[in-house]
Amino acid sequence: MEAVKNFFSSFMLLEMLKGLRLTGRYFFARKITVQYPEERTPISPRFRGLHALRRYPNGEERCIACKLCEAVCPALAITIESEVRDDGTRRTTRYDLDQNKCIFCGFCEESCPVDSIVETDIFEYHGNSRDELIFTKEMLLAVGDRYEKQIAANREADARYR
Amino acid sequence: MENLLLTINTIGTDFLGGAWPLVWTAVKIVLLVLPLLGLVAYLTLWERKMIGFMHVRHGPNRVGPLGLLQPIADGIKLMLKEVIVPTRASPVLYVLGPILTITPSLVAWVVIPFGPEVALANVNAGLLLLMAITSLEVYGIIIAGWASNSKYPFLGAMRASAQMISYELPIGFVLVVVLMVSGSMNMSMIVLGQGQGWFASHGLNFLSWNWLPLLPLFVVYVISSVAETNRHPFDVVEGESEIVAGHMVEYSGMGFAVFFLAEYANMILLSAVASIMFLGGWYPPLDFAPFTWIPGWLWLGLKTFVVVSFYIWFRASFPRYRFDQIMRLGWKIFIPVTLVWLVVVAIWMQTPLNIWK
Repeated sequence: MEAVKNFFSSFMLLEMLKGLRLTGRYFFARKITVQYPEERTPISPRFRGLHALRRYPNGEERCIACKLCEAVCPALAITIESEVRDDGTRRTTRYDLDQNKCIFCGFCEESCPVDSIVETDIFEYHGNSRDELIFTKEMLLAVGDRYEKQIAANREADARYR
Repeated sequence: MENLLLTINTIGTDFLGGAWPLVWTAVKIVLLVLPLLGLVAYLTLWERKMIGFMHVRHGPNRVGPLGLLQPIADGIKLMLKEVIVPTRASPVLYVLGPILTITPSLVAWVVIPFGPEVALANVNAGLLLLMAITSLEVYGIIIAGWASNSKYPFLGAMRASAQMISYELPIGFVLVVVLMVSGSMNMSMIVLGQGQGWFASHGLNFLSWNWLPLLPLFVVYVISSVAETNRHPFDVVEGESEIVAGHMVEYSGMGFAVFFLAEYANMILLSAVASIMFLGGWYPPLDFAPFTWIPGWLWLGLKTFVVVSFYIWFRASFPRYRFDQIMRLGWKIFIPVTLVWLVVVAIWMQTPLNIWK
């Protein structure tokens, strides 16, 4: 009996019609694609994108060249050289971040005692060659200056979970 | 309209004399083929859109409004690409392959009637001519696969020859039944035959068409024509995951584009044939006011569009058949079913219940 039933259900293409009904239903379903350049998915304040070096409100750079980030970086992407400035503070003379190597783990940001190196939520940047992706101290500070408001807001939003 | 045609004809005869009929036929061919190629291009867009919708995506929508320029962009891309002839390929056959594939799918349009008297060639053996021409389709694929001198194209060609020939038989039997009930091989007569009957005289044209009394054959025809055009779920000839692209592996640029055009032209052709054989050709579905305003060729186009959309729907829904399953379906199911139905219809026509008098 079962065999006869199976024969007729396959002969009448019942399962095929079921499949067609399913795809036919999705034909009219609301489309869920995000139209990327015009629409964007929401980004978490913890998003780990392009790096930036921050400054204090008085314009002094935060980084004190403690080299914790350089030490913790698992990809060895950070290179720091430092000196003592005339006013007796320790500052970096060189802060190179190689984005070819960086794995965006966020350890540098975690390790920083003065919240100087941070990862912003910028992910649309590019370089035409590898050396364009090595970010120097000036470039990182420029990123920080430009997006300071966004960076501060993200830190603020995430502060209570830290 | 008829006056205009008459004036064009008289002026043409005055200027060109005996050569005019040739020129006039050429003009008509161009008028048929150019819109057809445009439709083929836009069918690719509709296919991508429709499959996209069924995947809950938008489909191509970046080139032009709603992606309407996408086929043109694709065409330009393919035209600018280099045509690479493999060193060990047979150059003449290699070039002949795509040409032999696209020619039958365009030639067969001569017998398609767009209205009561509107066909390029209203030949009496139209159905026979159609079957003969569409059978040539397989040669292009076999030659392309053989001439490429490469493993996957060869496998694709072997599969194509087996599959397309097996599915030609059920299609042949189905068309024989249609031929039986309409009593004519002339495509226009087949359509005219569907315009009469009890339902048609009550204004319900679409119930008088062949699809209802011959429903099993209509289903067999649609499925077989999917197999005949080597489309999903019967696309083992191309079988991306098995043999890359079958007979098209070694083709690039316009060579590949011509295969592509041929596949879609064939789809449109077989859908148009389905509309003529089973869905009443140029007749409107209901024989009263708003429906009769729409011209016949547009009805034929709409019906063809619906059938083509079904092909795309199948592609979005079903996984590919195994090759032995395809052969089993063709030889062990479709051929017996169509044969039995042939006998059933033949007996039906001899009883007093015959509806095709």
